[in-house]
Amino acid sequence: MSKRIDVSDLNVYYGDFRAVEDVNITLDAKSVTAFIGPSGCGKSTFLRTLNRMHEVIPGARVEGKVLLDGDNLYGDGVDPVQVRSQIGMVFQRPNPFPTMSIRDNVLAGVKLNSRRISRSDADDLVEGSLRGANLWNEVKDRLEKPGSGLSGGQQQRLCIARAIAVAPDVILMDEPCSALDPISTLAIEDLINELKDEYTVVIVTHNMQQAARVSDKTAFFNIAGTGKPGKLIEFAETATIFNNPSEKSTEDYVSGRFG
Amino acid sequence: MVTLMTERKRSALTRGRLPKYTPHVIAVSAVVVAAALMSLVGFNIFGWAVLSAVLFATANVVSTALVEGRRKATDKLATSVVAGAFLVALLPLVSVIWTVLVNGVPGLLTPGFLNTSMNGVTGAVDNASVENGTPVLGGAYHALVGSVLITLWATIISVPVGLLTAIYLVEYGARNRFSKIITFLVDVMTGIPSIVAGLFAAAFFAMILGPGTKTGFVAAVALSVLMIPVVVRSSEEMLKIVPNELREASYALGVRKWRTIIKVVIPTAISGIASGVTLAIARVIGETAPLLVTAGFATTINMNVFSGWMASLPTLIYTQIMTPTSPSNSDPSTQRAWAAALLLIILVMLLNLGARLVARIFAPKTGR
Repeated sequence: MSKRIDVSDLNVYYGDFRAVEDVNITLDAKSVTAFIGPSGCGKSTFLRTLNRMHEVIPGARVEGKVLLDGDNLYGDGVDPVQVRSQIGMVFQRPNPFPTMSIRDNVLAGVKLNSRRISRSDADDLVEGSLRGANLWNEVKDRLEKPGSGLSGGQQQRLCIARAIAVAPDVILMDEPCSALDPISTLAIEDLINELKDEYTVVIVTHNMQQAARVSDKTAFFNIAGTGKPGKLIEFAETATIFNNPSEKSTEDYVSGRFG
Repeated sequence: MVTLMTERKRSALTRGRLPKYTPHVIAVSAVVVAAALMSLVGFNIFGWAVLSAVLFATANVVSTALVEGRRKATDKLATSVVAGAFLVALLPLVSVIWTVLVNGVPGLLTPGFLNTSMNGVTGAVDNASVENGTPVLGGAYHALVGSVLITLWATIISVPVGLLTAIYLVEYGARNRFSKIITFLVDVMTGIPSIVAGLFAAAFFAMILGPGTKTGFVAAVALSVLMIPVVVRSSEEMLKIVPNELREASYALGVRKWRTIIKVVIPTAISGIASGVTLAIARVIGETAPLLVTAGFATTINMNVFSGWMASLPTLIYTQIMTPTSPSNSDPSTQRAWAAALLLIILVMLLNLGARLVARIFAPKTGR
């Protein structure tokens, strides 16, 4: 399952500070959308508003609409927990639960919610999710070992397995490769290419080659100066953004002439 | 043509260094000189040791300053001061343990000390045992049971209250005004004199159950007043160091906040919380003042914390020393008091070891 996201007139605040201003964007189902832009331009902040993780930070709030196949995430009476179970997230730093084994980490979404699951269903879910994250062959003999014993790249793929184990419609990735070496990065990028057959994938990245390699569409965010809100400058097919952008600042950024 | 340079016999890099044996020579001469000086004014071992240490430190620093320069001399001075402070801090500790061991072991090894109470042990019994040279009768079983039960109940009260307070402060309070007030009050509570806690519990139960209510449970309430702030503080610190990323990872899986706290945050911090609780128990198990005013002085075994006076190890020590069972022959009472003191120290030590064990057992596993 995979759903599209339509964002209209979204403003994101930290207390009184407006971090992101007037975003209008449509993220297609079964595609990979990349967010690029300089540090502090609000792309991670915006990403976190897409599954209501932004409001976890004290004082943080959001104005505007985010429609998941037509349902407004910020509508009255919407339970953020419900939203997050449909829109999964992978973070910048791998963060497997240190108290759990590899197997329990994959099952975390089920077990932490105390949903009952039979032993064989759990085994299938673990294997399916780890296969989906290209990690099964590396860990199948040590599922009961702690997840924190894996390498950084393996931990990040474990986190992806954990995210897809709850069968979300959308997967958000916040710079998933920035703490990883090139080989692990390649493994994650291959994985993203496979994930888009089933999920809507949104990825924030600082690596423009990565955006060019993995994404179908790219959004460029920029910030006018310190203390000013970040803005969505341009959103188009990835090829267009990198080869023939319509905005001057996009061209400067993707060609490395920025700042 | 490359010529190999031979290593110089006396390196230019180590010029101006005292030979390695210098400190040993200075130490020996300091001890000898100190002994000579002490014999002039009247010899005693304590003065000899102190004088030797001072002489050694001074000579060592001065000789280094003359030969090796100021930096090295400062280093030696700082080393001497640190080592001296360490010895001064250690001295009372070693002395206490030594005294308690010497005085307590005979009583502790007396048959029946660990499994009889003071019930029926009167002055006449003690007089008889002194006159006939038979082993001292009576024991600390009732006090041991009382101490353990009272502390157990104090823990049962304090841990839920303290842990839930810490969870509120860290997970829900978000540094709002209410949580700041709680933090302040907890800090104030940490400094409450223990007798005040005892008076609070005594007055509180006098109000609801009538004056003179003295039971183990009243004592447990008094101890929990002392224990709660310690538990709140240590649990709070432990919950704070749980990385926020783990909470976010859990939220992002669609897990509710309370489940995140119970199943992710607390298990991650449990080793620190458990050892903090164990140390809090060790801290209150030796409290005397609150027990004096809340549990009374029992000489019999009482397993029920909700009725009747209850003995405890600290109050047993206190009563045995202050009002010996036999006023004319206080030795048996003194022996029992020392043995109870040793028992108490052993209990606290076991709890400390337990805290380490608990921390190790619950620590997040690593390994491949």
